[in-house]
Amino acid sequence: MMDAPLLPLFILLTSLLAAPILFALPERAAKLRTAINLGMAALKVALVGSLSLKVSQGVIYDLRFEVLPGLEFKLQADPLAILFIALSAVLWLITTVYSVGYLEHGPHRARFFGFFSLCVAATVGIALSGNLFTFLLFYELLTLATYPLVIHRGTAEALRAGRIYLIYTLAGGLVLLLGTLGLWVLAGTTDFVPGGILADMAAENRLAAQLLFVVLIGALGVKAALLPFHRWLPIAMVAPAPVSALLHAVAVVKAGAFGIMRVVYEVFGIETAQALGVTAPLAALAGVTIIYGSLKAITQDDIKKRLAYSTVSQVSYITLGVALASPIAAVGALAHLIHQGLMKITMFMAAGNLAEGLGVKRVSQMDGVGRAMPGTMLAFTLAALGMIGLPPLAGFVSKWYLAQGGLEAGQAWVIALLLGSSLLNAIYFLPMLHRAWFRDAAPEGAGAPGRPRIGWMLAAPPVTTAVLVLVAGGFANAPFSPLEWTRFIVAIEYQE
Amino acid sequence: MSIEISPMILAVFVPLFGAIAAFVLTRVAALIGLATLVLTTGAVIWLARDVLAAGAIVLPLGGWGAPLGIDLRADGLSVAMLALTSAVGFLVSIAALDSLKGADQVRQRQYFWPLWLLLLTGMNGVYLSTDIFNLYVMIEVIALAAVGLTVQSGSRAALQAGLEYMYASILGALLFLMGVGFVYLQLGRLDFAGLSGAAPTGALVAALALIFVGLALKTALFPLHFWLPAAHANATAPASALLSGLVVKAALYIVLRLAQYMPFPSENLLTLVGLMGAGAVIWGGVQALRAERLKLLVAWSTVAQIGLIFVAFARAGELGLTESWKAAALLILAHGIAKAAMFLAAGRIKDEIGHDVIRDLDRTPIRPTLAQFTFALAAISLIGLPPSLGFIGKWALMEGAMAAGYWHWVAVTMVGTLMSVAYFSRVFAGFLRFDRVRAPLGEHQGWALADAAPLTLALMAIGLGLLAAPLLSFLEIGYPFGVAP
Repeated sequence: MMDAPLLPLFILLTSLLAAPILFALPERAAKLRTAINLGMAALKVALVGSLSLKVSQGVIYDLRFEVLPGLEFKLQADPLAILFIALSAVLWLITTVYSVGYLEHGPHRARFFGFFSLCVAATVGIALSGNLFTFLLFYELLTLATYPLVIHRGTAEALRAGRIYLIYTLAGGLVLLLGTLGLWVLAGTTDFVPGGILADMAAENRLAAQLLFVVLIGALGVKAALLPFHRWLPIAMVAPAPVSALLHAVAVVKAGAFGIMRVVYEVFGIETAQALGVTAPLAALAGVTIIYGSLKAITQDDIKKRLAYSTVSQVSYITLGVALASPIAAVGALAHLIHQGLMKITMFMAAGNLAEGLGVKRVSQMDGVGRAMPGTMLAFTLAALGMIGLPPLAGFVSKWYLAQGGLEAGQAWVIALLLGSSLLNAIYFLPMLHRAWFRDAAPEGAGAPGRPRIGWMLAAPPVTTAVLVLVAGGFANAPFSPLEWTRFIVAIEYQE
Repeated sequence: MSIEISPMILAVFVPLFGAIAAFVLTRVAALIGLATLVLTTGAVIWLARDVLAAGAIVLPLGGWGAPLGIDLRADGLSVAMLALTSAVGFLVSIAALDSLKGADQVRQRQYFWPLWLLLLTGMNGVYLSTDIFNLYVMIEVIALAAVGLTVQSGSRAALQAGLEYMYASILGALLFLMGVGFVYLQLGRLDFAGLSGAAPTGALVAALALIFVGLALKTALFPLHFWLPAAHANATAPASALLSGLVVKAALYIVLRLAQYMPFPSENLLTLVGLMGAGAVIWGGVQALRAERLKLLVAWSTVAQIGLIFVAFARAGELGLTESWKAAALLILAHGIAKAAMFLAAGRIKDEIGHDVIRDLDRTPIRPTLAQFTFALAAISLIGLPPSLGFIGKWALMEGAMAAGYWHWVAVTMVGTLMSVAYFSRVFAGFLRFDRVRAPLGEHQGWALADAAPLTLALMAIGLGLLAAPLLSFLEIGYPFGVAP
């Protein structure tokens, strides 16, 4: 069978080539810009669909060229890459629709969509990276492409947030460079290989391997918002709503979590990592982050801040599932990569709609918003219940597998942790739902009744993703569901 | 006796005749300048093809040959430096066409082209020389032209800075010449090959140390950098781009070249060089953080980046010397391209806004977005973010230091990188802040010739990183470092 060996490259180029075109378009060419944005996003979804089909049939894509002697730029489409790339392609399409609606009359749209495209290109590159060196290239590109998006509004507050974001992520990137170099010097390769590449070296020089693990996971933990490197995330929520949605659901935070997966599974290998004794502390750190994020979320009145701390907590589920070193927990972790993305993007888009349509930005202003914006709030409610872990929503599925994995790994504390976290989730989400649905709207001020004016481009995306939350949970066992794909990956990573 | 036409001859003499012609025929100086650059670039391409096909080429002038006559020699490294000079020089010339077109800039135009072509003569001469006396002559030519370019804007500050530069340059050349004299007394010959076979006596090492200090002055290695910031910050934009992007590289190249033939100094001396570099990285960074004007900030970043190149020399001690030059060469090329782009972009920003006070960059309704974008791209390479050539250079530097267990040089590189992020992000914040502007924003979105040149340079600096493997194998042609040919 004849394949298109350049398919991964084309997927990367759909957004990488769109960026300069979008930059060069004049501000007023809004229709053309929208056409390019949506066209490229739709094309990418189609290409990713065809790539997934091929990869599920066992085709391996591998594209490389030498950057320095022995050091390769390498793109590779394996099942793990597909998982992440499919998430980003689908959510990019939806977020693009949302952004077009959101920024309809805002300034600097050419710049915004240019960097938006670069950001997605970086995410795709991260997904397709075949070695840590290539991963590093795209990881840094992601930082550079998101910075102008975070400070898009150009206010003093946005610039302060941007500065903090840049300090954290670039420092993290520099440490990742250090770790990548260390890996290169120690192992002579940075390739991602199921089962890892460090088994021999770790046996020889245990301390160096442990140190390398700390450096790499610490660097990736910055973007994954792992305690104590999470501080940038709640501050960066000054970004426009679609940016926050993308940051929390697909791009930055997920890039960190995805990197942790690659490093644990395919650089160290889960057995080597366990033998080094580094997985248990990582699991503990993830556990602490889960509880800490939830506790902080409870105290936030600003909706986006509350959601941001909730992300700190929820993304660490992924790290926890990886660190538990049990195949079942790994299924939960990988599924959560998708599920958390769907749920969190729904909530951020809903929060954006509340701010745009009603001027509601705080939890205390949410009285009666359910009646004013039923579609948006229904979507929000589904996502929130999913986060809490109500069956049969997506969040339940991942928590179920994580809990089982905890039992399998003989770590019963995970059950308590998950129950506690679900309880905390309920404590900070349910009051929002209660206000929205069961309280009367304030007679005046933000959230006052009156027809909110948001177009379909703002209203439809959160509803769509909320439906996906329902589908991903309810049909978790269907073929091609995230969960099924996840099992396929885990079988590879655990070399069963 | 007829001299065979060789691209090496052309690369030196075409710019020389161009300089004379541009000096005499002032009305068409720009045209002569461009034509000269096209011809010189053609000669370099010709030479590159020859070197690719045949390896290093030696051309005895007048048929005498070393050690009596003058040899010209081209290998991968020298052709790479020639190519850097032509490519950057050509693009800077295009930018200069636009930025020096004002009616009040007649005198500036009049001096710019002959001086710049003279500079090109000197630099191409340096990259093809094979003996240290020839090098001395060429660096004097460069110094003459470079000082002229510094004061070309005619402002008081530029004259002051140019004077300081001249003193530093004369002193540096004097030290270099003394070193050359001592080498001659010791060995009785001045060609590179003669150096490589010599026994490292105390007197010879002292002579080479004099040469090194002279070069350090010329390339502004900390703590001998005092003249550079003012000189580079006060020249016109194209002149700054040439001075920072190309001129300081000539002295760096000589260090790199002599290191090939010199007896190994000693671990301690090498560490001292690295420490001077580290001092430059830190001090240049601190000053760039404090600089109030954009061009001054860029100039201080040159001090820091040159320091980093010296750290690359020292990065792996004696064992790594045969490899260290590659990291240094990559960093030299990366800095040459990116810094020229950045100075041109800074000049554009200054022209459009009317000032270059960093603190007030965000108070103007005029936003030259393309120049700002170019500045940011150049900064990516200078900071060393992937996939730029600057990143690859840093990667090579840190890889060697790490493999040798020299963690202090890794730490210096990381600190320098973080500092460069800090000082460049001061500038970005000014580009991207909008809430201070009262009037509606008038974004400058048109394409000007003067924008196209720096943008091309910046894109080169970023894109060449992905071509580092072929670049390195080209650099190694005819240049088995550590084993003198």
